[in-house]
Amino acid sequence: MLSLHLILFLAFGAIALAGAVNLLVQRHPINAALSLIAVMAALAGEYLLLGAEFVAAVQVIVYAGAIMVLFVFVIMLLNAGVEEETKGSRVALLIGIPGMLLGSLLIAWVVLRHSGTEAVAVGALPGAPRVIGQLLFHEFLLPFEITSILILVAIMGAVVLASKPTASGGPTQRIKD
Amino acid sequence: MVPLSYYLVLSGILFACGVTGFLIKRNIITIFMSIELMLNGVNLSFVAFAAHWHVLAGQVFVFFVMVVAAAEAAVGLAIIISVYRTRETLNVDRVNLLKL
Amino acid sequence: MTSSLNLWLIPVLPLAGAAINGFFGKKSSRTAVSVVGLFFSGAAFAWALSVAWRFSSFTLPYQEYLAHWIRSGSFSADFALYLDQLSLVMLLVVTGVGFLIHIYSVGYMWDDPSYYRFFCYLNLFMFFMLTLVLANNYLLMFIGWEGVGLASYLLIGFWFTKDSAASAGKKAFIVNRIGDFGFLIGLFLLIQHFGSLNFTQVFDKVRPIAPETAGAGLLTAIGILLMVGACGKSAQIPLYVWLPDAMEGPTPVSALIHAATMVTAGVYMVSRSHVIFERAPIALTVVAIIGTLTALFAATIGITQTDIKKVLAYSTISQLGYMFMACGVGAFSAGIFHLMTHAFFKGLLFLAAGSVIHAVGGEQDMRKMGGLRSYIPWTFLTMGIATLAIAGIPPLAGFWSKDEILWKAFSSEHGSWIYWLIGIITAFLTSFYMFRLLFMTFFGDYHGAHVDEHGHGTHGHDAHGHGEPHESPMVMLVPLMILAALSLVGGLVGIGNGFEHFLAPVFGSGEVTQAAGEAASRGTEFLLMGISITVAVLGFLLAYILYVSKPHLPQKIATALNGFYEAVLHKYYVDELYAKLFVKPLIDGSTSILWQGVDRKVIDDTVNNAADGARHVSDEVRHMQSGNLRSYAGWIAAGAAVLIAYMIWLGVGR
Repeated sequence: MLSLHLILFLAFGAIALAGAVNLLVQRHPINAALSLIAVMAALAGEYLLLGAEFVAAVQVIVYAGAIMVLFVFVIMLLNAGVEEETKGSRVALLIGIPGMLLGSLLIAWVVLRHSGTEAVAVGALPGAPRVIGQLLFHEFLLPFEITSILILVAIMGAVVLASKPTASGGPTQRIKD
Repeated sequence: MVPLSYYLVLSGILFACGVTGFLIKRNIITIFMSIELMLNGVNLSFVAFAAHWHVLAGQVFVFFVMVVAAAEAAVGLAIIISVYRTRETLNVDRVNLLKL
Repeated sequence: MTSSLNLWLIPVLPLAGAAINGFFGKKSSRTAVSVVGLFFSGAAFAWALSVAWRFSSFTLPYQEYLAHWIRSGSFSADFALYLDQLSLVMLLVVTGVGFLIHIYSVGYMWDDPSYYRFFCYLNLFMFFMLTLVLANNYLLMFIGWEGVGLASYLLIGFWFTKDSAASAGKKAFIVNRIGDFGFLIGLFLLIQHFGSLNFTQVFDKVRPIAPETAGAGLLTAIGILLMVGACGKSAQIPLYVWLPDAMEGPTPVSALIHAATMVTAGVYMVSRSHVIFERAPIALTVVAIIGTLTALFAATIGITQTDIKKVLAYSTISQLGYMFMACGVGAFSAGIFHLMTHAFFKGLLFLAAGSVIHAVGGEQDMRKMGGLRSYIPWTFLTMGIATLAIAGIPPLAGFWSKDEILWKAFSSEHGSWIYWLIGIITAFLTSFYMFRLLFMTFFGDYHGAHVDEHGHGTHGHDAHGHGEPHESPMVMLVPLMILAALSLVGGLVGIGNGFEHFLAPVFGSGEVTQAAGEAASRGTEFLLMGISITVAVLGFLLAYILYVSKPHLPQKIATALNGFYEAVLHKYYVDELYAKLFVKPLIDGSTSILWQGVDRKVIDDTVNNAADGARHVSDEVRHMQSGNLRSYAGWIAAGAAVLIAYMIWLGVGR
């Protein structure tokens, strides 16, 4: 059953996993950012394998091309350096990680055990932009409009929050502790 | 032919890595990137299911998730900048004025 | 019945007086308070007289329905009043003597700072007593019963700043309560077996029942329980201990409540329930025995007391014993007759004693009095008349009623010569100690201190600056004189069984007591009458010898009978016995079990531990709010993992 589909899937999957693990391991944020970009690129490939062309394109353009660039800009702006070593929370380490591991193991086990051998074909669901566009403007019109308002609000918020600190009152007043 | 479960397992692992990063990292920005990683894992799950059940709404939803992630990243980074300006640090353990 | 007697006015008028004086009395002048108090009690008396005047034109018993009260299934009790010859007698006695005592109190309590409170309580007492007397069912009577107990408590402890007065009030109320418990159980039995507490209904159901001669049955039980209640209220053995202590109250209170009216409520109640008692011979015997023993017992204590009011208190207990003896042998009308005459002369005795105390500036110990008859002649005259009455010297009131009782005790179907004998001995003792009181107080030389203050006991008032005992004002003397006149002629209604015939419709023409044959009994009756007169005169002579001609003798007799004398002087140590048997264990039990055990350990500790527990828990939990972002994240992740696991478990459907 070793089809090209499977090989490609495993290749992209490996890249994604490697990037994710690297994100955890790296100490400097910029390295982490770059790993994340790699993950996103790999995922775009996965989407293509599933036939979601529009989503893959948007993933690369918006996610990897805009959001991650924003991240990199901020890292450069704030001159974030190597992380310091501070003692964090015991809870996070003792309960959070094992809990999360357990959860994911459970999910994986269940999925693998119960999902049978139904397969997803290559390009199973072609997601052409035209079709997606029609959906967006017919059934999903309301969420579409609301998300545009959401973006507008986010822009305004970001501008206000990140503006230069003013001497007198306001959200960006400098406070010395 | 790749079984659906493979996609789901991959998605799950990515999500788990995101959570782990959220818990163990000390730099605020890195924590944010872990959140983005979680969202990506979930997106993969959406698309895989959409393909499996031939429901295009799954891909539309991924679109919306990305929009929300963008908005969230914008505002979140603005907040981080704000916090950096006041507390002069990017270490999340130092931002603990809310303790009892 | 075309018109109504408007009986309800009689209790309600004093209630109005009590309300007015209670709410507005503090700011009003003494005159205003007196006017209100006298007006309302006088109006009640006037209305009672008008009722008596119109009495014969109504069919009796006359019932007046006022308002619906309790309707519960088949049981109902209403606010309704009941009038027959028996209640009429009680009504006139209560309102008449009550009114006279109100007048007397104007003078006696004039200098007291809480003048208005006294009249408020006095009117309140009248309201409850009249409710008791006029009620048409046991439940309303019980309300009056409890109410007079309350008024008695308030009035005994009138000078509540004095410890002994406050304690005496409590003692009275608590001992009464014990009797009320028996009364209540009797009422419960009545409800259970006869379904009602209404007099007419209950007695109609009881009448067909045959007398329980075979042994104790339901009616006997009810009768004995009712008697327990009467023992408490009317101070019979074993619940008499509160009455001597009740002398802490002002003297008009002692006259009204503890001589003329409240203590007679027990006799009234037993007489009212005569239908039940007549069918329960054992209960009747119990009543007679208790009455007789109490009469003798109290009389023996009375001969050694030195406080003038205490002598009168024990005398009251003794005379009440006579009344119960009468009821116990089935001579209910004789008991009521004695109740009426006793109200006259005992009320008079107490009021006159109050006058004496007022004259000598608050001194109550007779050994410090003496020779007062030249200082306070009017008081001496009236008190002398009362003493003759109580001793049973004809033709004064006491002779007729006491003799009637003794005759019935001897001759009645339930009676026995033993009752008569003990009654005669008690009559001798009564005559003796009453004349002793008279002689010690009014004859001989004056042993008292010179009067510096114008006071009534230890709550002194402004100095009056006399230096000598002085007569009381007219407002106090007029009631004395009226009562003296009643003591002189009041007994004449009993001649030729007149009183008994008047009460015949109530008690059934004494069918229980007419057992003895007519002719033979006449001679015996006169013989017994002669014996009782002789005994009274002997008492007078003995008192005269011991306290006038040879005053050194009492002391020698006392030392000769040393142990016995001490016991009698200390009231046979009954109070001490009760304290040891009942009071101390209760107090100790309360302290160790209820206070320390339950209140402190259980209740307080529960509350404290709850609070402590809350504090400890929050101490532990507050660490969650650490302000540390990563710990929050950790908790969120853990929670999410649990939820996911749960949903998987649900979904997998194991």
